[in-house]
Amino acid sequence: MLELNHVSVEFMSDNNVLAVDDVSLRLLDGSRTAIIGETGSGKSVLLLAILRLLPPNAVVSGSIAADGEDLLAADSKRMQQIRGGIISYIPQGGGASLNPLLKVGFQVGEPLIEHRKYTKRQAFEASIPLLRRFNLSHEEELAYSYPHTFSGGMRQRAMVAMGIAAGPKIVLADEPTKGLDEKRVRMVADALDLIEDETLLCVTHDINFAKSVGRDICVMYAAQQVEFGDSKEVIGHPLHPYTRNMMAAMPENGMRYQESGFAPSHDSYTDEAGGCRYLNRCREHMERCAVTPPLFDINGHKVRCWKYASSN
Amino acid sequence: MNTKFTGERRPVIRMNAAMKWGATIVGLFLIIAVFAPLLAPYDPYKMGTPYIKPCAEHWLGTNDVGQDLLSEMIYGTRVSLFIGVFTSIIVTVISAVVALVSGYYRGPADKVLTALTNVAMALPGIALTVLLVAYLNPGKLSVIISISVTAWTGTARILRSRVIQLCEMPFIKIEKSIGMNDFVIMVKHIIPNLRDIILSRAALSVSSAMMTEAGLSFLGLGDYGEKSWGSILHYAFYQNGVIRGYYWWYLPPILCTSLAVLGFMLLGYYGAQKWS
Repeated sequence: MLELNHVSVEFMSDNNVLAVDDVSLRLLDGSRTAIIGETGSGKSVLLLAILRLLPPNAVVSGSIAADGEDLLAADSKRMQQIRGGIISYIPQGGGASLNPLLKVGFQVGEPLIEHRKYTKRQAFEASIPLLRRFNLSHEEELAYSYPHTFSGGMRQRAMVAMGIAAGPKIVLADEPTKGLDEKRVRMVADALDLIEDETLLCVTHDINFAKSVGRDICVMYAAQQVEFGDSKEVIGHPLHPYTRNMMAAMPENGMRYQESGFAPSHDSYTDEAGGCRYLNRCREHMERCAVTPPLFDINGHKVRCWKYASSN
Repeated sequence: MNTKFTGERRPVIRMNAAMKWGATIVGLFLIIAVFAPLLAPYDPYKMGTPYIKPCAEHWLGTNDVGQDLLSEMIYGTRVSLFIGVFTSIIVTVISAVVALVSGYYRGPADKVLTALTNVAMALPGIALTVLLVAYLNPGKLSVIISISVTAWTGTARILRSRVIQLCEMPFIKIEKSIGMNDFVIMVKHIIPNLRDIILSRAALSVSSAMMTEAGLSFLGLGDYGEKSWGSILHYAFYQNGVIRGYYWWYLPPILCTSLAVLGFMLLGYYGAQKWS
């Protein structure tokens, strides 16, 4: 179980940036959660914060615990065992995601050398069934070839294989479909569906992909978690005005999106003033919106909007 | 599975024409250095008739104490190349370690090492080298140490910037995220990606080390016991070779040094150009 309690991440510099603001998530064993949100809404930073891979100027507050173990308090040696061994990370399979100088089989098997004490040879051989599990075809040859011979979709699936190689309990995937076409996106979704025993936390900005991968969906906007709930609920009956606008803007929903008369102000993310982050773009704003709303829980469907204050 | 898949093998180094020339020159000198005892017609220390002009017995003539210059040159190749290559190895190792530590860990270690590099860069190289050689016991080792002390800075800086660049590459971040230990990441993933810079900078530092060594020996600060191209030149000038017209004495070391330096330069410079 992965538990995030009021996690905030702030990057210290001349003007501090609050990249993640008060996110709480509770991922039960075997749960599958997708985080969706715009670029810069703090999704990826949240994943990196869990693995403590943020640059030194980042300050993480709140608490992050995996199976009761406080990750923010773990020393660097323990963190190294946790990364890949207990919590693994599947990054974007872009061009430079694999070392161009090493064979794919070696890299896919690398977590086994580190966490399961395999020899190089054993790890290489273990990489072939791993690749086969994700239907890469010609796995033996692929293991012996270099990353530049892989297509984007193959590379992404190889990254998924590498991510789960050492048998982690929790899998974090960071935009695994970026830059892939519809068909490859489905392939990656299928690959992630094969991860059944592990807890999956997947960051994406593809709503359809989120729908197919996640059983729960968390919507982030401007560093805050604005909505969380069952994926059918969030997509079928979105509560937060932002989520509703987003769903209305989808082509299959007729692209019915009308912005409020206000100019959208992305720059106001770091406003000291507080208040709802979506205020300036929201058609339904009211006076109370000047104060940051808490997360209201409506039968397990959480939403950060004053509209639902009464039902709490 | 009946499709045959032949994985593309990349050659370790693909050479262009300039590099091939460089490799030929360097190879030639290496052969001379290795087989010096077989190639040299005389014992370079054996004295005989002084100041013989080039002739059939002594192809390059003899020096002031009648030692055969061709044999001296051949044995000198050993010393000059040894100092050049050995210095280059030390310089490359130092700069790679400095670059890896400061580029990979950043933070305070980076600040200290960068400051150190800047200080070492600000020191006047030749002057410090001469001072050091004068203070240390004469010999090959002290020449190597004194050249190494100031020669590592440039390579360290270039490598550091590349290490920082590499650390931002997704595959290095991925390595960190799967919990690989830092040493493995550096050795297995970063150093191979620095190969091009390391090899070409190493070749260039061989040539600069050989130049410095020739300069030191010319100033009489080299290894007394052993013949090197620089020391041959030193004695040629000591005996007023230029004024007295002993061209067979001072020309060969000049030409050989230049040629060897050119060889390493071609390897290093065109190697770097090709890769970058």
